[in-house]
Amino acid sequence: MDRGPPSALPWPSFITLWRFAFLIAGLLILAAVSVSIDLQPRSYIVLATTTSARDSGLLDYLIPYFQGDTGIGVRYTAVGTGQALDLGRRGDADVVLVHAPSAELAFMAEGQGVCRSPVMFNEFIVVGPPSDPARIGGLSNATVAFSQIASARSLFISRGDNSGTNLMEKTIWSWTGHIPSIANEPWYRETGQGMAATLDIASQLGGYTLTDDGTFLVHRAALDLTTDVSHDPALRNSYSVIPVNASLHPNVFAPGAMAFAKWLTSPRGQALIAAFTVGGQQPFHPDGEDRCPA
Amino acid sequence: MTDVSEILQIIGLSLLVSGTSTLIGSVIGVPLGVFVALRKFRGRTFVRTVAFTFYGFPPVLAGLLVFLLLSRGGPFGFLGFLFTPVGMILAQSVIVIPIVMGITISAMMTVEKRLHDTARALGANERQWRATALHDARIGVFTAVMVGFGRAISEVGTVLIVGGNIRGQTRVLTTAIVLETSQAHYVEATIFGVILFIIAFAVFAFLQRLQARGIV
Amino acid sequence: MIASPISLAGIEKTYGGKPILRGLDAEVAAGEIFAILGPSGCGKTTALRLLDLLDAPDRGAILFDGTPCSVGSPEALTQRRRMAMVMQNPIVFRATVFDNVAYGLWLRAVPAEDIRGRVFAALDFVGLLDAAKQGAGELSGGEQQRVAFARAAVVNPEILLLDEFTANLDPFNVRILEEAIIRFRRETRCTVVIVTHNLFQAKRLADRVALLLDGRFVEIAAAETFCGRPSRPETRAFLSGEMAY
Repeated sequence: MDRGPPSALPWPSFITLWRFAFLIAGLLILAAVSVSIDLQPRSYIVLATTTSARDSGLLDYLIPYFQGDTGIGVRYTAVGTGQALDLGRRGDADVVLVHAPSAELAFMAEGQGVCRSPVMFNEFIVVGPPSDPARIGGLSNATVAFSQIASARSLFISRGDNSGTNLMEKTIWSWTGHIPSIANEPWYRETGQGMAATLDIASQLGGYTLTDDGTFLVHRAALDLTTDVSHDPALRNSYSVIPVNASLHPNVFAPGAMAFAKWLTSPRGQALIAAFTVGGQQPFHPDGEDRCPA
Repeated sequence: MTDVSEILQIIGLSLLVSGTSTLIGSVIGVPLGVFVALRKFRGRTFVRTVAFTFYGFPPVLAGLLVFLLLSRGGPFGFLGFLFTPVGMILAQSVIVIPIVMGITISAMMTVEKRLHDTARALGANERQWRATALHDARIGVFTAVMVGFGRAISEVGTVLIVGGNIRGQTRVLTTAIVLETSQAHYVEATIFGVILFIIAFAVFAFLQRLQARGIV
Repeated sequence: MIASPISLAGIEKTYGGKPILRGLDAEVAAGEIFAILGPSGCGKTTALRLLDLLDAPDRGAILFDGTPCSVGSPEALTQRRRMAMVMQNPIVFRATVFDNVAYGLWLRAVPAEDIRGRVFAALDFVGLLDAAKQGAGELSGGEQQRVAFARAAVVNPEILLLDEFTANLDPFNVRILEEAIIRFRRETRCTVVIVTHNLFQAKRLADRVALLLDGRFVEIAAAETFCGRPSRPETRAFLSGEMAY
């Protein structure tokens, strides 16, 4: 077969075009790889956090200050609380910032985190239509408010998505002694969506809902809802920052993660958090404490 | 919120990720499709059926699989491609390859049997015949590439899971729409959507002109 | 004694259980136009495909210059590239007329500078020089067949095989193509095997005629002898029109 007649492919211009496409594809892949390759030493940290931290605008506000102070960039991805901690477990994130105490403690118990420092808190509040059919305005006990809503059969909009907020809502219902379900209670509805969309629906339908005050502040102007229940100590929503354990995941940028955790709890970081306002209000209250080794 | 430079960056990344994954999908999918359509080998029908089945493969599942593969906990974690454009390209290529391959197979199967005889009678060997058949079916094959691109540019679940929608790094038009919608910024979301539509339209209009001129 | 450029020895071929060719023997002389005549479906096309090494016979051999060549062997491609075939329905590639004619030259890795000249010469030969840039699919059936002829002729085949290739064409194109064959054979001295069911065409073009009936060559004779003084009764029946075809 080697001494067969000389053979070339027909349609030379077409063949050239295909070879050209191959070449371009190869070049583009090289370009994308060069942009994406994990060059050491790293100049940025990967932060896994939740949507409420992102949606309030706090992170976009803080990160430029952090970068200016330390020269370290922050690439954050906002997912559900469960996945944020899981990204930490996998070593796909260098540091996590979440607000789910029991899950955080489990994370620490597994040895996945180096240290756990509280950073700030906001709170969950109950908001509702201006007409306030269940008469809960001004209460400071969410359990009582929820019971009144149930008795009055007033419209209540739940997120129904197993988010941190949704879990808090279910906890309050459990404190009232009866957890409503959409099958039995027609006044209880589930949206399965994020906080902003759920607030929108509550506003349009004239229903009550549980929300974190940060998100509510951001969207308040466009909503037809008023704050009914606030300052309930049980509804405090605490945020903690946890650098991921580098001994389990060698690729983690440990110094950067630690720098971020310490910066958030430093006087500088805490002052910036206090200074962050939305719509004239301060959504987050600093109560940071550096519990990380020096 | 988002300024013009950020919007341009999002558009650029969308085109890079979708364009590259379409190219990879074609570079792999077209030759594979040609082989499966023309070459006789054992299990050929099975391979064909599998290729067509992957048309309906949910992209978000591909995203999940690639995420598990590229995660640090996974077999290819050492590459560090999770939450990067390369990871997104890889994930989208996984979806585009079967689409391009399947439509290529269909296009090649429409090539006339008598064309094979003509080519052989003029002295073509098997490799030359495959090139000839591909050239004859090129309109259908080009359609395959266009459909692949359409799928890539409109894809959202995969690039969201594998890319992480990181601002300035892995945010593309589709994931930006998801983000804006989740924050009830419907105007911004719609703007991104319109931009996406215009880009897709422009790309397809350009490709169609190439086709009409007979360049492809 | 020069071996015949192409010959059949005891060729048998069965398709789907039905025997089509039951033992063909013939030797085509160098430079002659050899016509295979017969009714439709008698196996003429099958015989030509075997000659072009597109299919393999069940029994028997095809010999080129005295050497047998089988379809699967490595020499088959080389041999096939020394021949060219034009089929009954013009199958043109989805491209310009120029590209169609250049196809065989591309396959044989002919240098690009030579291709242009040869293609234009071939197109001129069939009178389609002005159609070079046109899409081949836009031409009429007769013009497409002329393109197919140019496509086959341009590779300078030693053996040209034509399968009823003027069937279904209008008289104008038939005449152009028949003149092209005669000129081509005169200028290149190639051997031509032409399959036809048209007796008059065989009379016009061929040096020798073979009648294929029931899978065998019933009679092979020089054209005038075949038409004027046939020796077999079947031939006489065929010529007189008593046999329906």
